[in-house]
Amino acid sequence: MIITATRGSAQESAHRIWRSYLYWTHIYKRTWRASLASGFLTPALFMAAMGVGLGTLVDRHGSSAHQLGGVSYLDFIAPGLLAASAMQMAAIEGMFPVMAGIKWIKFYQAMLATPITVTEVLYAHLLWMATRVAMVSAIFLGAMFAFGAPRSPEVLAAVPVAVLTGMSMAVPSAAFTATRESDQALIGVIRFVVMPMFLFSGTFFPLSQMPAWIRPLAYITPLWHGVALCRSLSLGDASWAASLGHVAYLLVVIAGATLVARRTFSRRLAA
Amino acid sequence: MPEQMPSLQSNALSPESPLIQARALTKRFEDFVAVDGIDFDVAPGEAFGFLGPNGAGKTSTMRMIACMSPLSSGTLRILGMDPATDGPRIRSRIGLVPQDDTLDLEMTVLDNLLVYGRYFDLPRKVIRERAGRLLDFAQLADRANDKVDPLSGGLKRRLTIARSLISEPELLLLDEPTTGLDPQARHLLWDRLYRLKQQGVTLIITTHYMDEAEQLCDRLVVMDKGRIAAEGSPRDLISQYSTREVLELRFRVDDHAPLASQLAGLGERIETLPDRLLVYTDDGESAAKSLAERGLDPVASFVRRSSLEDVFLRLTGRTLVD
Repeated sequence: MIITATRGSAQESAHRIWRSYLYWTHIYKRTWRASLASGFLTPALFMAAMGVGLGTLVDRHGSSAHQLGGVSYLDFIAPGLLAASAMQMAAIEGMFPVMAGIKWIKFYQAMLATPITVTEVLYAHLLWMATRVAMVSAIFLGAMFAFGAPRSPEVLAAVPVAVLTGMSMAVPSAAFTATRESDQALIGVIRFVVMPMFLFSGTFFPLSQMPAWIRPLAYITPLWHGVALCRSLSLGDASWAASLGHVAYLLVVIAGATLVARRTFSRRLAA
Repeated sequence: MPEQMPSLQSNALSPESPLIQARALTKRFEDFVAVDGIDFDVAPGEAFGFLGPNGAGKTSTMRMIACMSPLSSGTLRILGMDPATDGPRIRSRIGLVPQDDTLDLEMTVLDNLLVYGRYFDLPRKVIRERAGRLLDFAQLADRANDKVDPLSGGLKRRLTIARSLISEPELLLLDEPTTGLDPQARHLLWDRLYRLKQQGVTLIITTHYMDEAEQLCDRLVVMDKGRIAAEGSPRDLISQYSTREVLELRFRVDDHAPLASQLAGLGERIETLPDRLLVYTDDGESAAKSLAERGLDPVASFVRRSSLEDVFLRLTGRTLVD
C-alpha cells in the first residue's frame, strides 16, 4: 500500500501540503510578469479576432442571432472561450510540469525525501494548478469586461466554474502523465483530445449546428458543461437546476480523476 | 516541532539499541526479487556500507530505509519506528543523498537549500542560518548566488549533501555518493563525510567502489543478487575471504589460463584473468622467488596487499553485471 501519514493528523498533513505548495510559489516568482501579461493578451487577441472580427460577419447573417439565442457573437463566445482556455491551459499544466517533477527536474523526488508524502505532493501540485487557472481566468474575465461581453453580474461566478472546468482536465492529465516515460504521448493527447474538445464542445458555435448523433459525445466532455455554465452565467439566464447539474458533473470527474492520480503517482514515485 | 515530542519520547532509543533493524527485509517488483530477505542492524554513530555490483539490491534497500518505498515483506524499524505508519516522522530525522541529483537546476545554489529547508517545517530564520553554515561546510559559499545548472558534478554533489543536512539529520543515507566524480572531488567528499561521522551522524553508504568502502565504512555488507553475501569490517572481510597478499603475474602469452596449473601450490588460491594471474598468498615475495625454480619467467610480477576488491570479486564473481 501507499505510505501515508496514517498516524499524523489531518492538520499536519495539510501543513505539509502547504510546504510543498511553497515550491510552486517560489518558482512562479521568476515568471509572474510574463505570465500575467500573456494571460491578458491572449484572451484580448482572441476576442478581438473572433468576437469582433469574425463576429461582425456572423452577426450580419440574419438567422445567426436566433441560433445564438438572441445575443451577439462576441457575447456568445467570450464565456465559452473563458472555459475553453481554462481547460486548455490546465491540461498543459497537468502534463509538462508533472513530467518535470518525475523525470526532467525530479523535484517530486526531492520533496519525497522530506516528511512530505506522495499524496501530499500530488495535492500541493493540483492546488497550484487550480491557483494558476484561477489567476488566468480572473484576468480573462477582466478582458471580457474590457470588451463589454458580460451581460450579467453573475459572470463573476464563472471564474470558479472555469477553475472546475480546468481541473476536470488537469487532474486526468496529471494522472496519465505519471504513467508515461516521455512526453510523446502527451503531445498526442493535446492533438487528439484537447484540441478537438476545444473546438467542438460548444465554444465557438452551438452544438445544434452539429449532427444529432455526435452531440452526446460533446455532452460527456467536461468542457461542454463548463462552457454551458459559464455562458449562462455571463448571459444571465442560468437556472439553479442546470447549474448545479453542471457543477456536480465537473466535481465527479475531478474526484474520480484524483483517485486515479493518487494511484498512478504512488506507483510511479513510491513503488 | 512540538507535535513530534510525544512520539520522540515514546520511541526513545537506549544507546545500545540499533538505529535501524531489518529482519527478512524483502522487496519484490512483480516477478523480480530485488531484495531477498536480508537481516542487518545499524548502530548509532556507525558508518555502514552496502557494497555490491549494479542490480544487487542496494538502492532498493536504501529506498526502503528512506521510507520512500514500501516493504514487500519482513520487518524494518528505523529510529524505533515503523516506516509504514511513521514515514513523515522518520523522514524528518533522516537526510537522503539520492543516486541521481534532484537539485533544481534553474534555481541558485542558495535557493536550493532554502526551498528544501521549508519542506521540513523549519522557521525561515533557522533555514537561513543553517544554509550559510552548510555552504561553508560544502565549500560552496562563493557560489551561493550562482545557478546550479552549469556547476560541475562535484559541486552539485556537494550541494546535494549540504541540502540533505538542512534538517540536521541523525541518519544520513548516501546512495553512491561519489559515482562519476574525479579523484579530487571524491577525496573532498570523503573528508566532509568523515567530519559528519565525527559529529555523531550515522552514515549509510551504498557504493561499488572498494576504496570508498574501505575509507568510510566501519562495517559493511556485501550484497549480491538481493542477498547478503558477507558482513563485517573491511579488515575482517579481507582476512576472512582473502589472503594477506596477492602476487600479480603477467606472462608473454595470449591466454593465461593454461599457465594456471603450473602455479598450483604456490598460494592458497590462483585466480585466472584474461590478462594476468593472481596468486593469493600470505607471503608474496617468497611465492615470487619460487617462480624461477618452476622455470617460469613472467614479464611483470608484483606483490600487493589484499584489498576489499579481492573480497568483492571472490564473493560476487568476475562476470560483468549490468
